[in-house]
Amino acid sequence: MLENEALNTDNAPLRNIYRFGENAEIALSTHDLHVFYGDNEALSEGDLEFERYKITSLIGASGSGKSTFLRSLNRMNDNVATVKGQIMYRGIDINSKEVDVYEMRRHIGMVFQRPNPFAKSIKDNITFALKQRGMRDKNKLEEIVETSLKQAALWDQVKDDLGKSALALSGGQQQRLVIARAIAMKPDILLLDEPASALDPISTSQIEDTLLELKEKYTIVIVTHNMQQAARISDYTAFFHMGKAIEYDETRKIFTRPKVKLTNDYISGNFG
Amino acid sequence: MDQIRESLLKTSIGTKRERFGRSITMAALILIAVVVISIFYFIASKGLSTFFVDKINIWDFLSGKTWNPGTTDAHGKPEVGALPMIVGSFLITVLSAIIATPFAIGTAVFMTEISPKNGARILQPVIELLVGIPSVVYGFIGLTVIVPLQRHIFGGSGFGVLAGTIVLFVMILPTVTSMTVDTLRSVPQYYRESALAIGATRWQAIYKVILRAATPGILTAIVFGMARAFGEALAVQMVVGNAPILPTNLTSPAATLTSILTQGIGNAVMGSMQNDVLWTLALILLLMSLVFNIIIRVIGKKGELK
Amino acid sequence: MNAKLTNKIATAVLYLIAGLVILLLAGLLGFILFNGVPHLSWHFLTSPSLAFQAGGGIEFQLFNSIYLLFITMIISFPIALGAGIYLNEYAKQNIFTTIIRTAIEILSSLPSVVVGLFGFLLVVVKLQLGFSILSGAIALTIFNLPLLTRSVEGSLKSIPDLQREAGAALGLSKWETVIHVIFPAALPSIVTGVVLSAGRVFGEAAALIYTAGQSAPALDFTDWNPFNAASPLNLMRPAETLAVHIWKINSEGIQPDAAQVSAGASAVLIIAVLIFNISARWIGKALYKRLTSAR
Repeated sequence: MLENEALNTDNAPLRNIYRFGENAEIALSTHDLHVFYGDNEALSEGDLEFERYKITSLIGASGSGKSTFLRSLNRMNDNVATVKGQIMYRGIDINSKEVDVYEMRRHIGMVFQRPNPFAKSIKDNITFALKQRGMRDKNKLEEIVETSLKQAALWDQVKDDLGKSALALSGGQQQRLVIARAIAMKPDILLLDEPASALDPISTSQIEDTLLELKEKYTIVIVTHNMQQAARISDYTAFFHMGKAIEYDETRKIFTRPKVKLTNDYISGNFG
Repeated sequence: MDQIRESLLKTSIGTKRERFGRSITMAALILIAVVVISIFYFIASKGLSTFFVDKINIWDFLSGKTWNPGTTDAHGKPEVGALPMIVGSFLITVLSAIIATPFAIGTAVFMTEISPKNGARILQPVIELLVGIPSVVYGFIGLTVIVPLQRHIFGGSGFGVLAGTIVLFVMILPTVTSMTVDTLRSVPQYYRESALAIGATRWQAIYKVILRAATPGILTAIVFGMARAFGEALAVQMVVGNAPILPTNLTSPAATLTSILTQGIGNAVMGSMQNDVLWTLALILLLMSLVFNIIIRVIGKKGELK
Repeated sequence: MNAKLTNKIATAVLYLIAGLVILLLAGLLGFILFNGVPHLSWHFLTSPSLAFQAGGGIEFQLFNSIYLLFITMIISFPIALGAGIYLNEYAKQNIFTTIIRTAIEILSSLPSVVVGLFGFLLVVVKLQLGFSILSGAIALTIFNLPLLTRSVEGSLKSIPDLQREAGAALGLSKWETVIHVIFPAALPSIVTGVVLSAGRVFGEAAALIYTAGQSAPALDFTDWNPFNAASPLNLMRPAETLAVHIWKINSEGIQPDAAQVSAGASAVLIIAVLIFNISARWIGKALYKRLTSAR
């Protein structure tokens, strides 16, 4: 708190965006990103970089553009909004027509706020997309079902009834199944849009544990309205306000010594 | 170069399947549109040749009172006055709708406001079943019950406007009732509650609030029923008498556009004037169904504005 | 007159109207069933109709109705499914979509006799398919398409977008998601719609008298080669259906027992509609249970 008070409001910058060093491995970055819903600009100048094998949180009040930003990253907004600017992934701009959007989404997966398992068995939920991509080897499929369920910390609870309908699971279990389904595709990057906001505290903490384990193998970007959650699990945090990324820094710094007054106001609960 | 990067720039199997799916579903949709357009094209081109090929005056056709396509009148013109059928169709349609309306609204109000339990348990399934009954069955009942009854009471052949009206009334009653029920059910519950809360009796709530709110939907139901009645062919043809003369009273035999059409189309040679005039009747039917469609749309738009 | 008295009178009138309508509808059903059911027998259902004598059955007409319904559904379901999928999943709000929706709306309100005449003109005469099962099935398809398309579209619409997003986030194309996720989830309600439309098709006559024809040539139930003239499966033979038969014998028939035959055939039609109505709900519910149950 002392450090917070040290923030000199007169000299505070209006924006502060963290830049990674030369050696950092950047999994995904955006340049001059603008999102329009019709004529309304919902997001502008989202210039952010995401480091590999780290968890990055996007925080901000509702309507701040954080979800819009996240959903643009794997082009889930294509049908509802106009997205301008570049999204660089492995040296190519994936926000261009040359890039195959379905192939791209296999590498940049997404998990949503409300659990959305298919009305199929637990097993089929995981294998379905793989089968569509031509994987027929039964042993391999079974192996993937097991490993991805284990990674999502669901295996022990469902291993005896994999044939059961996924809709019979509890909300928290459904959300972990959805995470297992996403990682079964072996993506590079996992985008999560408030994945725990519809869940009870116990399920939430289980999901957080899962994410911390997944970090070993995946780059994770997560939108959350829960600041404690962002502080607990993420390495970097970006604060969004009125369609702009205002401050982006190491999570530790954001929550202890923010450089921008707006960020300070937000995390100390003065608005939002 | 890494593999993922390369695969991103190739066309994936997903994209190929998407293109395929999008194309075939669009083709299915376009097929339906093409069918609709060709119905209009074929029937209009046939129906209009009465005027353009056979050179029959359109006014004479619409206002002529004698229908006898095989013969010519004193001036050497063919006797193709369609007025009796036009009048017959409208008369029977309007009469059946007039009779059906109070019964349909009354029953629907009973089902939704007075006795919702019995309404849902007994009336609803029966009405749904009757909506699905083939029209020839209504025609057959008309033939075996209504026609003898009319003959018994009013004399004559028993076939005629009255029999046609009653058959159509019974036929459209389930449809109009079930559509009215849907409309009444969509009136928000708080309309009823607030009316009753300010001391209105149940009837006042029904008459002053619920029926007012549901008026556009009820009108739509009635027009829908009229459209069905106007286009019904076989049930009417079985009981109306098929005499193309202007009806003088309710018990006199008459004809409708549909009844003359179903009876005649098999007997006249394609391309002859006798055949062309029948297609003109079909064209009138087609245009009338368009008119009913537009009326329903206009009512719907007005209802939205409220 | 005071409000309470009006209320009482109005309620009484409403009871009276509802009572009359119940009486009318019950009488209608009762009339058909009481007149028709006694005439139903195995003999009636399985012997050919007779043109001049009493005692004929409805064997061929019943078979024709079922076969024609089957062929109609085979043609119309894929088209309605495709059109329904496009309308609900792909169509954007633009002038093209508005025009097509209007066209479908108009098609659904066309009198069936007009549809039949169009079928006669285009399929029977221009395409020279003659009075045949195929011509009839095409006319019935046109008659059936708008309602079936709308019912498919409605069924797909009831599946939440969450499921579509789930597919998209896994890198599946919309088509793959629709076929393997949305369609199965919507299947119970789609099947209900199909069975209900089948009931409508089964009883339709006006669209058929000039397409499938008004005669029922003898069928040889031992010959299942669809290319033989007498084979029940032959698509190019004329086929009078049950509904057309009722119309035909009542307007032109000379059978002495026309009334009894019609009553029996009407009862069969009504029982069929009843079966379609009940099974539509039952199958829909059973499918839904199977899809969502914890197996």
